[in-house]
Amino acid sequence: MTGYNELMQYQIGLMRKWIFGAGRKAPPSLLVPALVVAAAMFVPLVYLVARAMQADRQQLVTLVFSSRNLELLINTLLLTGGVLAIGTFLSLPLAWLVTRTTLPWRRLVTVLAVVPLAIPGYVMAYALMGIGGRYGVAARLFDLQIPNIQGYWGAVIALALYTFPYLFLNLRAALLGLDSSLEESARSLGYSNMQIVRKVIFPHLLPGLLAGYLVVGLYVMGDFGAIALMRYEAFSFAIYNQYAGAFDRIYAAWLSIMLLALALSFVVMEIFVLRRRRLASVGSGSIRPAKPAVLKKLLPVAILYLIVVLGSSVLLPVLMLAYWLVLAPPDISIFLQVPWTFVSSASAALPAALLAVVLAFPLCYLAARYPSPLIIWMERSAYIGYALPPLTLALAMVFFALQTAFFLYQTIFLLIVAWTIATLVLAMGPIRSAILQARPNLEEASWSLGYGPIATFFYVLLPRLRRGIIAGIVLVFLFCMKELPITLLLSPTGFNTLAVSVFTRTVEGMMAEAAPFAAAIVLFSGISVGMILRREKAL
Amino acid sequence: MKVQANENRAAERTEQIRVEGLSKSFGGGDRVVDDLSFTVLQGDILALLGPSGCGKTTTLRMIAGFETPDAGDIFLHGRKVTNLSPQKRNIGIVFQDYALFPHMRVDENIMFGMRLIPPAERAARIDKWLDLVALRGLEKRYPHQLSGGQQQRVALARTLAAEPDLLLLDEPFSNLDAALRNTTRNEMRQLIKETGVTVILVTHDQAEALTFADQVGMMSEGRLCQLGTPEQIYQQPQNALVAEFLGHTNLILAELDGKIAKTPLGTMTTTVQKHGTYWVSVRPEHLEVVSDPEGEGRIMTREFRGPDCYYEVEYRGQEYKVLSPFYCTLNMGEPVSLRIIHPGVVLKDDPDCPRCPVVSCVR
Repeated sequence: MTGYNELMQYQIGLMRKWIFGAGRKAPPSLLVPALVVAAAMFVPLVYLVARAMQADRQQLVTLVFSSRNLELLINTLLLTGGVLAIGTFLSLPLAWLVTRTTLPWRRLVTVLAVVPLAIPGYVMAYALMGIGGRYGVAARLFDLQIPNIQGYWGAVIALALYTFPYLFLNLRAALLGLDSSLEESARSLGYSNMQIVRKVIFPHLLPGLLAGYLVVGLYVMGDFGAIALMRYEAFSFAIYNQYAGAFDRIYAAWLSIMLLALALSFVVMEIFVLRRRRLASVGSGSIRPAKPAVLKKLLPVAILYLIVVLGSSVLLPVLMLAYWLVLAPPDISIFLQVPWTFVSSASAALPAALLAVVLAFPLCYLAARYPSPLIIWMERSAYIGYALPPLTLALAMVFFALQTAFFLYQTIFLLIVAWTIATLVLAMGPIRSAILQARPNLEEASWSLGYGPIATFFYVLLPRLRRGIIAGIVLVFLFCMKELPITLLLSPTGFNTLAVSVFTRTVEGMMAEAAPFAAAIVLFSGISVGMILRREKAL
Repeated sequence: MKVQANENRAAERTEQIRVEGLSKSFGGGDRVVDDLSFTVLQGDILALLGPSGCGKTTTLRMIAGFETPDAGDIFLHGRKVTNLSPQKRNIGIVFQDYALFPHMRVDENIMFGMRLIPPAERAARIDKWLDLVALRGLEKRYPHQLSGGQQQRVALARTLAAEPDLLLLDEPFSNLDAALRNTTRNEMRQLIKETGVTVILVTHDQAEALTFADQVGMMSEGRLCQLGTPEQIYQQPQNALVAEFLGHTNLILAELDGKIAKTPLGTMTTTVQKHGTYWVSVRPEHLEVVSDPEGEGRIMTREFRGPDCYYEVEYRGQEYKVLSPFYCTLNMGEPVSLRIIHPGVVLKDDPDCPRCPVVSCVR
C-alpha cells in the first residue's frame, strides 16, 4: 500500500515538474491567460478538420483522389520551385558581390536589394500586368505590342521579385560569417577554387539558403494575391474560388488541409536536411573576413547583372506606379479616397497589433522566466498561426464563426482575431528578446524590496520592454496593413482596406484607379523595410 | 579562550535567522543543497564559503525566496517564512552584478528601496545614505555612468534603505578589480557594522570570507562541512577539504599516541589527544626548512614572493610545502632538512581515503 502511495507521490511530483518546471512556480495570473492563448492557436486547426470530416466516405474519395488535386499539387510545386530558382539567381551572385568583392557602392546596392520587400507580391503583379497587352504602358508609350504577362511566368516573376531579399539577407549573413581561414587552409592543402566553393563555401551557405527557402517556400504556397491576379491555378487560388465562387466549403476545407500538409512536409524536409550538421566554428578566436576579390574583367558582367536585378525589382514597379500616378492619373476623387481607406485599414490593424502584443507577453515572459516542458510547448503553439497558409486560417475562422461563434460572423472582430492568430509570432520576437535582455535579477531585486508582481511589472519590467513592445506593435500593424487573403475572406461587407482596393481594382483592369492605393502601401511598407535594415547592423 | 568569549557574547544576543534541514534539487537530479542547517545571530556576518557548484548561491536564493526548497524550513526571528513570497520577507539582497535599474538615476534607485517610508522623509534619508556610501554629488547619474565600486555602493544603499531584517550578499566583490577589492571590503564591513544589520554572504574567495565574516560556513556538495569563526576554520579545520580550501597545507599520515604523533618527518605534537592512525594537517608556515648538507630533503620549487618565500621540498618520496620568512637563501636542488615547529591539527578524514571529504561533511 505504501509502495503504491509513494509511486503516486512520485508521479504527481513528475507531473508538477512538467507543468511548473523545477524552479519557482509560474504565477497563475500569467499561466491561465497563456494557456488560453495557446489553446486559441489550436482553434483554426480543430474547426478545419471538423469541417473536413463532414464529408461522407463516398464524397471523400472523389474529393481527395481527384486528378484536379494532383494538377493543383504539381502547379503549386512548379510555382514554388520556379520562385526559388529565380530567387537564387537574383540573390546568390548579389550576396557574393556585396560581401566578397570590391564592387563600388556596395552599401547602396545592399540597401536597394532589400527595398523590394516593401512591394508586396500583389503590387509586383500589378506592376507587371500593366506593361503588356493592348492598353499596357508599352503599347501606350512606345507603341510596342507585348503579350500580357499572365499565368505561371507572371506569378513566378512577381513572387520571385518580392521574396528574393529574404534569400539575399540570409546568404549575406552566411557569407559574412564564413571564416576566411577555412578557405585559406583548403587552399594551402592544394584544393582548386572550384573545389573550395563546392567543399567549403557551399556547405556553409546551405543552412542559410535552406532557412531562406523555407520562409520563401511557405510564403509562396500561402500567397494568394499575385497568384490570383495572374490567374494561376495553384492551391490557394483554387481554395478561394471554391469558397467564393462554388460555395463548396467541404472541398475548400480538404484543399486547405492538403496545402497545410504540403507546408508541413516542407518544414520536416528542412529539419531532415539540416539534422546532424554542425557548422559553428570549432576553434576559438574571432572570425576574420575574407579578402575581397577584385572584379577586373567581370565588372561589366556584374554591372549588367545589377541592372537586371535592381531594374526589375525596384525600378520597374516604381516607374509603373509613377506612370499611372503622373502620366495617366485617375480621377482626383480616387486620390481623396486613399486617406479614408488608410484610416479604415488602420482601424482594424491597430487593435490587432495591440491585442497580439498583449497576448504575446504572458507566453514570452513564462518561457523566459519559468521554462517547463509545458510552457515551452505553449510557446511553440504560437507558430501554428504563422505556419498556417493565410487562406486556410481565414477559412477555418469562417467555420469557427459559423459553427460556434455566430455573433462574430461578418464582423470586424473576427478579422482582428484572425490577424492576431496569424501575427502572434511576429509580436513575440522583439518582446522575447527584450525580456531575455532584461536580467531576472532586476525583478528579484524589486521583489526583495517588497514590491509585488504588478508594481514590479510597471516600475521595473515595462521600462525595459518599451522598445520591444513598440517594435512588436509596429511589425504586426504593418503586416495587417498590407495583408490580403485573410482580409478578403473575413472583412465584413462595406469594410475596405488599401490591399483589398488594389486587388479588386486590378482584377477589373482598372490599373490607374489602383495606383494611388498601391503607392500608399509601398510607401507605408517602406517603414518595415527600414526596420529590417536597422536590424542588419552592418548596413 | 577566544571561542569561550564568542559563546558568552552569543548568549546575550537573539537569533536572527535559522535554517533547518534545507534541501533542493533541480529537475530530479542530485541534491544541490542537502539537509543544510545553521543559525545566524543578530548583527553577525556569516560567510558561506565553497567552490562553485557547492550549493551556496542556491541556499541564498532560497533564503531570499526566489527558489522554493524541496524540504526544510527557514525562520526569521523565530517566525517561519519558508512559504512567504520574497516581497513579504523583508530580506534585502545585493546581487553579484548589482541589478541596478538602468532606467533610474542613483537617487531614484535608492528611493525605490524606501517603499514603506513616508514620502516626506525620503529626501532627508537619501542624503543620509548618499553620505554613508560616499556618493554625494553623483545622485543624478545613471548606473552606466558609474564605476563598478560606485555601482556596488548604490546597490548596497538601495537595499539598506528598505531597512531589511537580513542582508544577503551574492559574491559582492567578484566584479571589482583586485586593487579596489580590499578597500571596498573594509569600507563595506564598517558600514554594515554601523547599521547593525545581520548579513549572509556567499563567496568562493577564502581571503574574503576570513577578513569579512564573523562566522564562516564551509560548504561542499550541498552540505555544510564546518561552521565556526574565521580563526577556528583556518586554525582547526575538521577535515582535509576545509584545510585545503583555506590555503596551502600538508596532509601527513601520522601514528598518534595521545598528543604525540609519529610522522615521516619525525615526532610532532598535535592539538588533541587521539590513538591510532590519523591524517594531520600542517600549514606550510608551521614547517621550517634549513640548509643541511646531510639532510635528505631537496628544494624542488622556489618562489620568492616578497614578504615570504615558498618552497616545495621533496623528502623521502613525498612533497612538502614550506613557507619561510622573507630571506630566501635556499637554492634549487639544495640539500635541506625539515622540522615541524607547531602542533598539527588532527583531521576526521578516513585514514584510508583522505580525499573522501563528503564522508566527513555529513552534518
